[in-house]
Amino acid sequence: MKGAKKLSGTANDRLSNRNRVKESDRLLGRFYIEKENGVVGMDRQKQMELLRLLEEDSRQDAEQLGKMLAEPKEEIEKAIAALEDEKIIVKYPALINWERMDDHPYVNAMIDVKVTPKRDVGFDEVAERICRFPEVKAVYLMSGASYDLSVVLEGKTMREVASFVSQKLATLDSVISTATHFILKRYKHDGIELEDRDEDRRMVVTP
Amino acid sequence: MSTQVSVKSRLSSTVASLKPSGIRRFFDLAASMEGVISLGVGEPDFVTPWRMREASISSLERGYTAYTSNAGMLELRVEIAKYLEERFSVSYHPDKEILVTVGASEAIDIALRAILDPGDEVLVVEPCYVSYEPVIRLAGGVPVFLKTKMENQFKLTPEELEKHITARTKAIIFCYPNNPTGSTMSAEEWQALLPILQKNDLLVISDEIYGELTYGRMHDSIAALPGMKERTILISGFSKAFAMTGWRLGYVCAEPELLAGMLKIHQYTMLCAPTMAQMAALEALRHGRSDMERMVESYRQRRNYVVDGFRHIGLDCHEPEGAFYAFPSIAPTGLSAADFAEKLLMEEKVAVVPGDVFGESGHGHIRCSYATSMEQLKKALDRMEHFVSRLS
Ligand SMILES: Cc1ncc(COP(=O)(O)O)c(C=O)c1O
Repeated sequence: MKGAKKLSGTANDRLSNRNRVKESDRLLGRFYIEKENGVVGMDRQKQMELLRLLEEDSRQDAEQLGKMLAEPKEEIEKAIAALEDEKIIVKYPALINWERMDDHPYVNAMIDVKVTPKRDVGFDEVAERICRFPEVKAVYLMSGASYDLSVVLEGKTMREVASFVSQKLATLDSVISTATHFILKRYKHDGIELEDRDEDRRMVVTP
Repeated sequence: MSTQVSVKSRLSSTVASLKPSGIRRFFDLAASMEGVISLGVGEPDFVTPWRMREASISSLERGYTAYTSNAGMLELRVEIAKYLEERFSVSYHPDKEILVTVGASEAIDIALRAILDPGDEVLVVEPCYVSYEPVIRLAGGVPVFLKTKMENQFKLTPEELEKHITARTKAIIFCYPNNPTGSTMSAEEWQALLPILQKNDLLVISDEIYGELTYGRMHDSIAALPGMKERTILISGFSKAFAMTGWRLGYVCAEPELLAGMLKIHQYTMLCAPTMAQMAALEALRHGRSDMERMVESYRQRRNYVVDGFRHIGLDCHEPEGAFYAFPSIAPTGLSAADFAEKLLMEEKVAVVPGDVFGESGHGHIRCSYATSMEQLKKALDRMEHFVSRLS
């Protein structure tokens, strides 16, 4: 119930409005890229496919992607540039399993943060504020929980994380309460299993 | 006193005269080497999606370990019927016209055994999957080969079909989308064959195991054409579309009399298909569509990549519209397919399958499976480029 109420807050309305505009753009086939003559450069389906390929491995070059998608290399470059402009492609990071680096003593924690939403800006103001701290790795607005924001923190030691929570997070004006959960081990991150057990077990030649 | 009996003499003359598969020899060669990149694998490079694995595990936990009915679980047959109707516009009655088999392999076997009398001729469209000929022979039939050519994208033409029909011709067997060529047949192309099939009252065994793996347009089942359901035995399975080769699960659909004939053989020789595999298949049909679509998307991308690659190397390659094989011509190199494949394996450690393993029409071609990672495909193409440039 509480979650449902939250989703109808003002800030979220603004957000979904923006999404709605984008959705109508898509339906009109105007998926951000137009050729000089006004013809759509690459259809939506192909763009989605391109994004999935990049999400899987962002180091594939435009030439290879072009061959895979049966598009000239230049079209791929244009499409990627446009997707970057639109901030649909935000960044090209590597997924690193830091736990395999013995001398990387970082700890991660998830903090449940309960806040008071503010008139007109809802949760956005406090969420954006929390985002600014470099120690903060992720911030999500949650539904259906007894808290509002889920904040992922990284620190060198548990003490460092704990003191960030008590000194920086808990002291923010709209923060009502926090609960800290330390992450003991990462098994899967962003859809990728860190230790993949599905090897290729096929025989070398089969009919 | 012991009399020496040679081992061979104990085998039936039919079995004794079967040639060992050409694939086998190549397998032995490739398997004995280190660092081989294989384009020789005729199965998906994906592990079965977790959803299906989990469904099967859960069924075991709940104690589904007994036989199912001979024809397979009714729920599964109902799902197969819905699926075929929805995807390929063919309708089969789950209770009388669908039989769940141990892979398409068993379906091919029982279909042929159910219809053949000794000496009956079966037209085999080649190049084709290696089991058709031996299974026809085991059923007492006589295979008669129909050739296809690269200039026709390895499609079956009415002329070639008509040429080989005799009074003993009982049936025709083919597979589209095709292993090894990747060719497909459209509804219009099927249409052109119908008058001949009907005039000569031929049964059609249509192996549609690659039916989901098409790129560009949907697979057209010959059974969907007017008047064809009655004479078609449709065979398919879960191996290719859902990456479930090791589960050994397929199915065969036909009108009730034919199906009852196949069921007779199946109930005595197989009893039923494995229960835990049927459970996984049920999940595949109910919830596996998006997993399958992702795999198809990935095959299409890799197909585009390798076909471009072969053409770049100078190996002429028709655009395969289905399955996961490219079938480039190696004729310009002057080598036979077997020599090409063997040298390529020895010198560059890339395994491909010589095209003539799949029938005479495959001479001068190699079958390259692109169901392998992009990384491997890239390396394989590089090595093949070296190899081909050394030859010229
Ligand atoms: C054309 C064709 N038919 C049938 C089969 C066998 O399929 P299954 O695994 O369902 O027995 C294969 C497998 O490679 C095939 O390529």
